[in-house]
Amino acid sequence: MTEATTGTPALKQGFAEMFKGGVIMDVVTADQARIAEAAGATAVMALERVPADIRKDGGVARMSDPKMIKEIIGAVSIPVMAKVRIGHIVEAQILQALGVDFIDESEVLTPADDQYHILKHDFKVPFVCGAKNLGEALRRVGEGASMIRTKGEAGTGNVIEAVRHARTVLGEIKHIQARPAEELMTVARDLQAPYELVRYVHGHGKLPVVNFAAGGVATPADAALMMILGLDGVFVGSGIFKSDNPERRAQAIVKAVTHFQNPEVLAEISEDLGAPMTGINIDDLIPAERLAARGW
Amino acid sequence: MALQGAFREHRAALDRLGAQVTEVRLAADLDGLHGLILPGGESTTMARLMSEYALWEPLRAFHARGGQLWGTCAGAILLSREVQGAPPQFGRQDSLGLLDVTVQRNAFGRQIDSFTTGLDVQGLNGAFPAVFIRAPAFARVGDGVEVLAEYEAQAVGVRQGRVLATAFHPELTGDDRLHDLFLQGCLTPA
Repeated sequence: MTEATTGTPALKQGFAEMFKGGVIMDVVTADQARIAEAAGATAVMALERVPADIRKDGGVARMSDPKMIKEIIGAVSIPVMAKVRIGHIVEAQILQALGVDFIDESEVLTPADDQYHILKHDFKVPFVCGAKNLGEALRRVGEGASMIRTKGEAGTGNVIEAVRHARTVLGEIKHIQARPAEELMTVARDLQAPYELVRYVHGHGKLPVVNFAAGGVATPADAALMMILGLDGVFVGSGIFKSDNPERRAQAIVKAVTHFQNPEVLAEISEDLGAPMTGINIDDLIPAERLAARGW
Repeated sequence: MALQGAFREHRAALDRLGAQVTEVRLAADLDGLHGLILPGGESTTMARLMSEYALWEPLRAFHARGGQLWGTCAGAILLSREVQGAPPQFGRQDSLGLLDVTVQRNAFGRQIDSFTTGLDVQGLNGAFPAVFIRAPAFARVGDGVEVLAEYEAQAVGVRQGRVLATAFHPELTGDDRLHDLFLQGCLTPA
């Protein structure tokens, strides 16, 4: 038996693999965390306000109160994630000290740095970051992200942006695969992405880390759509606790991610869930209200 | 079992070894199979889906008619007789009870405590690259259960008849020796 090693990229990425085919749910109280766990969430994301409320309230959105995060950690046995502002190294250090299992460097909170993201290799706790396209995804992986998610347009209940980001990333992966090896340095230059990671994508036809959907997922069909497009799992935020019957909707979305290829099962679980969250048409948002535009 | 978690990695290992693989999501998918792997992932999520789709009894019946089972991490929890560290609000966690052990969830701590180590596993030559992620341990091991591997005096690999359980994740390593052992068991039904 050799000595144990902790905090390696393999351990961080391997942990992210365990969420696959699962649903990670935003929660703002210990009670909501219990509902999410009972519904079959693979993890919960602890935050003070769900994106729909952050959007409505405006102001600066920051890391949650450690007391609330500790209450949520104490309330459930599944992993607990929490969000930090883009570039906010100290918020990330605080979450790591609290024992949070995963950190989301999230554009849903107000960015703390308008140029640089956190150097995630410096942390033992794994990070998930949002991305709208392949270059952005690979830059985050280059900084040490162990998981990527679409940005979507959080808090709108409108899945169009998440679909756009998923199709963009997956389409760009296919495009790279079709290129001859000698063109990859130029591809890396154009994508502004690390060359070694472009080579990985060329060789494997996928991102080096797990790729989830997030932002605007409101129904079981939305969740299944993201899986059909080729993503590994789903984050759900406002879509659950802003709907009429969070328990039933949460359970249905969990089942939809498992049975995404089975329309008979999807038909059965989509029935009689009560009203979904109202939703916002993305075209009605003024550019300053778009969260997905944050981060680069 | 492809309800949730790292089932694709298990599938890749079995494919490399030339086995025929079926993904099991519903009870009917078990027909004609010799062995079933319960992957790593979240045991509460899988247990919930096993209840929703009435998989508990079909899995016990699969074992009773000679099927071989292997659980890794969350899958090991699902095979055990008794689970400690169940979600606080549940009080207890459902499990198949096919392995006479008490399993302790998150026995080594949270994600920040997750680790890799070279582990001696009975029946394998040379250390196995064991990946422990929020891993469980077998706190009590029944008389009929053979301990295959230990870490810091805790059992982390066990076997009872046709049931194999590992607290770590061989599917994440690219080392297919345990998958090979499992397949040999499938090929020679007890």
